[in-house]
Amino acid sequence: MSGKNESQARRPKKSNKNEILLTTYFFVLLFIGMLGYLSYYVATNEQELINNSYNSRQEILLSRNYRGTIFSRDGEVLAETVLDAEQNETRVYPFGELFSHVVGFSTQGRMGVEAQANYYLINSNTPLNNKVANDMAGIKNPGDNVYTTLDVQLQEIADQQLSVYDGAIIVTEVKTGKILAMSSHPGFDPNEISEIWDDLIENDTSSVLLNRATQGLYPPGSTFKIVTALEYLRENPKTYSQYSFQCNGYYKNGDSRINCYHGANHGLVNFTKSFAKSCNASFANIGMSLDRNAFADTLSDLLFNEKLPLSFQYSKSSAIVSDDLTTDDMMQTSIGQGKTQITPIHLNMITCAIANDGVLMRPYVVDYVANDVGTLTKSFKPSTYGKLMSSEEAGILRDMMVAVVNEGTGTKLKGLSYTAAGKTGSAEYNSERDSHAWFTGFAPAEDPEVCVTIIIEGAGSGGDYAVPIAKRLFNAYFTEKAEVDQK
Amino acid sequence: MHEYVTELSKYAITIMMAIYTFFCFWVFRYREEEKRRWIYVVQNVLMLLVQLFCFLDLYLISRDFQYLFFYAFVQVFLIAALMLVPLIYENINHLLLNNMCMLLGIGICMVSRLSFTKAIRQYVIVLVSLAISMLIPFLMGKIHFFKKLTWLYPLVGIAMLGIVLVVSEVTYGSKISFSMFGITFQPSEFVKIIFLFFLAAALWDNTSFGRIVVTAILAGIQIMILVLSKDLGSAVIFFFGFVMVVFVASRNYLYLLAGVVGGSGAAYIAYTVFDHVRTRVLAWQNPWQYIDDQGYQITQSLFAVGSGSWFGMGLLQGNPTAIPKVEADFIFSSICEELGVIFGICLILVCISCFIMIMETAIRIHDRFYQLIVYGIGIMYVFQIFLTVGGGIKFIPLTGVTLPFISYGGSSVMTTMFMFFIIQGIYIRLKQVEGERKRVRKE
Repeated sequence: MSGKNESQARRPKKSNKNEILLTTYFFVLLFIGMLGYLSYYVATNEQELINNSYNSRQEILLSRNYRGTIFSRDGEVLAETVLDAEQNETRVYPFGELFSHVVGFSTQGRMGVEAQANYYLINSNTPLNNKVANDMAGIKNPGDNVYTTLDVQLQEIADQQLSVYDGAIIVTEVKTGKILAMSSHPGFDPNEISEIWDDLIENDTSSVLLNRATQGLYPPGSTFKIVTALEYLRENPKTYSQYSFQCNGYYKNGDSRINCYHGANHGLVNFTKSFAKSCNASFANIGMSLDRNAFADTLSDLLFNEKLPLSFQYSKSSAIVSDDLTTDDMMQTSIGQGKTQITPIHLNMITCAIANDGVLMRPYVVDYVANDVGTLTKSFKPSTYGKLMSSEEAGILRDMMVAVVNEGTGTKLKGLSYTAAGKTGSAEYNSERDSHAWFTGFAPAEDPEVCVTIIIEGAGSGGDYAVPIAKRLFNAYFTEKAEVDQK
Repeated sequence: MHEYVTELSKYAITIMMAIYTFFCFWVFRYREEEKRRWIYVVQNVLMLLVQLFCFLDLYLISRDFQYLFFYAFVQVFLIAALMLVPLIYENINHLLLNNMCMLLGIGICMVSRLSFTKAIRQYVIVLVSLAISMLIPFLMGKIHFFKKLTWLYPLVGIAMLGIVLVVSEVTYGSKISFSMFGITFQPSEFVKIIFLFFLAAALWDNTSFGRIVVTAILAGIQIMILVLSKDLGSAVIFFFGFVMVVFVASRNYLYLLAGVVGGSGAAYIAYTVFDHVRTRVLAWQNPWQYIDDQGYQITQSLFAVGSGSWFGMGLLQGNPTAIPKVEADFIFSSICEELGVIFGICLILVCISCFIMIMETAIRIHDRFYQLIVYGIGIMYVFQIFLTVGGGIKFIPLTGVTLPFISYGGSSVMTTMFMFFIIQGIYIRLKQVEGERKRVRKE
């Protein structure tokens, strides 16, 4: 720099320090934001990414580790990889068909816990000295073991009770959301999945691979009266107990007509009795009185037409209430017929929320993960999804569900050592009036611990076919609990 | 037995990188370069240790001696650069030099893991770049007519970019490079420097409305050529550099506002007019839906980052080559995959410390011409990092630009090194001026 230019450069100019500082701060903030995004992304998405079939890293992990073992909550092996002398791997499911859907399989694609916990099963956190020893011996490392919440005894009873019927049973712990049993019929033997695969894909008319408990969409039938009742409570919080209706076995509005189940005539019923007796006429009457926009809001509160907080595959339930619905459709919808469809797991979640003062716990099946020597690597705590309804509303619904057992359609659960509560359903699915038998309920009613949801396809009425199954499951749960307490 | 080494080195590398990064910011506690000396020495040791562990990993896992030979070559280069540059130029900024070497070291190590032949090519280019760069501070001390060449710069810039547009090979749908003597050049990289000299020369002593309009037209022509060449990444960087330099030169927030409005408008027009822009926005919004084609690169990049997790899968233990063009546009994702996301975050922080140092230097420079050059380099540097890292992790749409000093790409690494040595040249002048001022004050 010389002469004239130099003097020009030194000509006093206002400093632009602030402008430079401003851009500096801007970029520092921008990068903090970006790095925060990156950290959040890594912290939350790791296993979902590994599980994607476009991710070639699964093969890398599988070439280094063999799949870990899946255990029941009492430590029984539900799935394990057996190595022969040549280190050939075979995936073995000791219980065969019993856990077919919920534990799933891992060879023809993946399903169940095998899919959901795949990331943990193919990652190995075995101690470093084991890794070294394995490497020297030229063998693979054992993947981490996955411990589930599943109870072999309850699962066996659920499976026996479904027996030859198609259908599904779910047993969950109300306060934690732990899934204790989940059965879906028809099942298959995961040990033979490779041999039966082609047959299942090509000649399957009964959707064997479908986990009916989470993916089966059914008309809810009278179990939907829980929802209609909740909406009526919300609209008539002070006056619902004064409700009364004269049932003559049917309800007529214009040309539309709703009959009670098998033409029963319930006489004069109040709100609780309408629910306990599952009076279709009364509920059609209630349904016609409801504000449809508010009803639609309640439906989304209860997660109809919404995503469910589940980490495994499920189908989305659907229920539409709007001003566009015809009188006939509205009446049908109010009693759970019509176009409404629900999955058993969703009904189970609604029931759990009622049992748990309106609070829904996220259902889960993977309890914790540990490496092959038993060191914990990941633990899943019970987590709250949120409130589906107020605790007052839940309390009233609970009382009504007790009435179902005491004086309504669920009397086969009466007079036991514990008080059960629930709602039956007989969902008609064809024009011949054949029906699926539903029951969803919990026990003990005073301090609910366990919740069961049952659907038996084409069996008949819920009160006759589903309620006795609930009784056996409740009995088994409390017997097992007593045994554990004694120890 | 090598598992012990590779498993432990994974953590060792992360920890040493984290300490190095910490010192990158700790230096700012001390005003005087002399008091920062010990920090720089610690950084040098850490840098060489990171190199040692990385190449040791590469060798132990591959059992291929080529990595050991390459390691020796890289160390010779790094040590030579770290010792020679301060020997020749007493007053350089050591943080920028250290960080440059750190980033070059990591980059060349990672490229050698992805493609050994490319790493050798990269090494030669780095060597040549350093040799030329060493002359830059000297030339900048001798030549004083840079600020008089105002209108020559845009002519050269337009000519260079225009030639590429006309006579060029089509690479990946964009006309951005040409080959000479078997070496592929990407002129838009070099034009960046000329572009900044143009802006500084045009605006250092005159920020009248008329002057800014003329500057905008000449800058606009260059940016338009880049757009026509489908080199959108460079176009965005040029545009952003232009807006920011005008803002800082004029100290007028209205120009900043005009830049933001104009930029948004241009982005919208690009979105509606160009198919490939739309594709990229779509792939950004929902890559999983287009996982087979438009979203393939970004989803593979996300897989890499995700499976690397905090400490990485270890060098040669991941599968970063599943990402198309990984060594140029997605090197950050491959680093996250194998060396870990903590390492990746540290790497970005090292770049940020360079940026802060450059900005601090800019504030101290009284000569507006040189100040604007330093400022412009800093802005372009940091913005390019934002584009490539943000694109690779789905923070923003992909633009396909390189990560300076780290990505494979001769023109990119050479240009960035020139830029850093231009800053060093200006820094040396600044130290001289400040030294003189002190002496005057003392007397």
